[in-house]
Amino acid sequence: MNANNHYPQNEDFRRELGGRYRTATIWQGLFLSALLIAIISLMALLYNVVDGAFGFVAFEYKNDPAEFTSTPLAELTQAELATILKDNLSSGAYKKLENETPMKNRSQAELYTLFLERLVQLDTKGTWSMTDSLMNGGKIRAEVAQKYPDANLEFRSWLTPQFLVTPMSSKAEFAGVRTAILGSLWLVGIAILFALPIGTGAAIYLQEYAPKNWATSIIQTNINNLAGVPSIVYGMLGLAIFVRVLEPFTSGSLFGVMDSNGRTILSAGMTMGVLVLPLIIINAQEAIKAVPDSLRQAAYGVGATRWQTVWHHVLPNALPGILTGGILALSRTLGETAPLIVVGASTFISLDPQGPFSKFTALPIQIYQWTTRAQSEFHAIAAGAIIVLLVLLLTLNATAIILRNRFQRKY
Amino acid sequence: MQNIQTPEYAIETKNLFIFYGSFPAVSEVNVKIEKQKITAIIGPSGCGKSTLLRAFNRMNDFVPTSYVTGEVLLQGQNLYGKNIDPVEVRRKIGMVFQKPNPFPKSIYENISWGAKINGYKGNMDELVEQSLRSAALWDEVKDKLHESAYALSGGQQQRLCIARTIAIQPEIILMDEPASALDPISTLRIEELMQELKKNYTIIIVTHNMQQAARASDYTAMMMIDDKRSGGVIEFDETKKIFTRPKDKRTEDYVTGRFG
Repeated sequence: MNANNHYPQNEDFRRELGGRYRTATIWQGLFLSALLIAIISLMALLYNVVDGAFGFVAFEYKNDPAEFTSTPLAELTQAELATILKDNLSSGAYKKLENETPMKNRSQAELYTLFLERLVQLDTKGTWSMTDSLMNGGKIRAEVAQKYPDANLEFRSWLTPQFLVTPMSSKAEFAGVRTAILGSLWLVGIAILFALPIGTGAAIYLQEYAPKNWATSIIQTNINNLAGVPSIVYGMLGLAIFVRVLEPFTSGSLFGVMDSNGRTILSAGMTMGVLVLPLIIINAQEAIKAVPDSLRQAAYGVGATRWQTVWHHVLPNALPGILTGGILALSRTLGETAPLIVVGASTFISLDPQGPFSKFTALPIQIYQWTTRAQSEFHAIAAGAIIVLLVLLLTLNATAIILRNRFQRKY
Repeated sequence: MQNIQTPEYAIETKNLFIFYGSFPAVSEVNVKIEKQKITAIIGPSGCGKSTLLRAFNRMNDFVPTSYVTGEVLLQGQNLYGKNIDPVEVRRKIGMVFQKPNPFPKSIYENISWGAKINGYKGNMDELVEQSLRSAALWDEVKDKLHESAYALSGGQQQRLCIARTIAIQPEIILMDEPASALDPISTLRIEELMQELKKNYTIIIVTHNMQQAARASDYTAMMMIDDKRSGGVIEFDETKKIFTRPKDKRTEDYVTGRFG
């Protein structure tokens, strides 16, 4: 019997082919809409953040700036501001400021902030989002004029250069993220230094040395599962181990640092390190697995030992993949909040971290803390801090990717 | 490994079985490989040719469940003896693989690396040149020694792999279908090279290509699986005899193309 009889011919075939194409088009459309939904969600998120970080702000001066100087505010010089502060602050308060950083070493912007904060005592009455400010400018003006006759209305960006270099303050207008940025950088540094070597070592052992038996497969399963454990659990672990049990080490008292407890950057960094360890191990294992066996055989074939094979061939070829794991870990560390709260990040701290044994805060903690405040101006600076966090994340990732590509062999 | 006797054979197996788990992939091999000759191992797919070849330099050690019984004697010494380090075995018995597998390094480093890790103390430039000359590759690559080995053609890469093996000065060179990924011209060059190399080395080659075995080898081992699917050497003789007057009917069927 002719097999052709069982296949549709000519007209029938073309009709069926049309059906096949229609199905394909439907699926293609579904995939495209999935992509569009993802893009729209991302855009909405970005819009939401940017929307909060710019907009109208209404503020009053408790004390009229004219009481302190006849010069228009915008034209005040660094020296003039220093004199005004010296003349009007109590001598105790002035001395304290002078001790922190001498006045002559402070920038004009810094002194201007001090002037507004301490003498004029700026008071924010309300803030509006960017969209609101642009669309309903007139309405907002009328409302402010009616409710706060003395208030000034100004369109401002909450994200300013000053915002980046100023430490925490109890007033949103004068607060910055300097301490939080430094804290986050310290955390990422410690976590990566801790987890990358240990994770790579573990991956090498599991891939190249460990015998294939039930013990290895139990360990492997556990590592895979650990990658999915909620981060707060790692926070509890960090609290129990690094903050409590290893306190002499993590507080620095072993090294003669006396004025701190275990809630230090070091504890938090190592907690983050443990948190990203499974991620790094799994990535490194995949990278090592991807090194072709023919390369190992080539090395063994000329009389290399296992270690020489691993060190000279497997590791260099797996390095880009291992570093990719490091990049993922870096992003994770920068964004995690829950474990930091448990390990004991400070929510209000205005001193830069001095070393691994300092108290600390981090960007996500700062953002979280600001969003929980009632005053709308804190929500505005939280939006600003989110932009800072995103930019920092992109910068660190880009740097890491450039570094990784340098390691990538050109062969 | 010291010399116990002055053996006339490069390598000799006594009642060799190679197991994967409990399954004997290769059974009861007793062959005597002549020095400075080319010995071909032929047979249909899956009959254990490569497994047997890899048993000669303990490459099967990397297959987790594999083990051998019986003996593989190199100069009277059992390679699977208690005090034998497989690294030393591979140092003495080099291997060229089916697909060219140069290191992702420069041509120069491909040769020098094996020498370096094995503690070579002589002049490296000389060794590299000499090895490349022996592999008939020097003239083609002398101006680009520090370029990537991956820039070479497949045939050149395979000759580089041979040069890399020669550089550590082994006693025996194992070749696992070294030309199967190459075009006919590159294949011919490898065969010519083998004839050159056998002046100094013993060569054992696994091949699927019957003409290649007939053309290039002095001795031929014919392998076949038995009814329990375990491979074995059914006939081992001079290549001339295997291809003209085989003793075994199965060999005759195979080499004349009636089977396999």
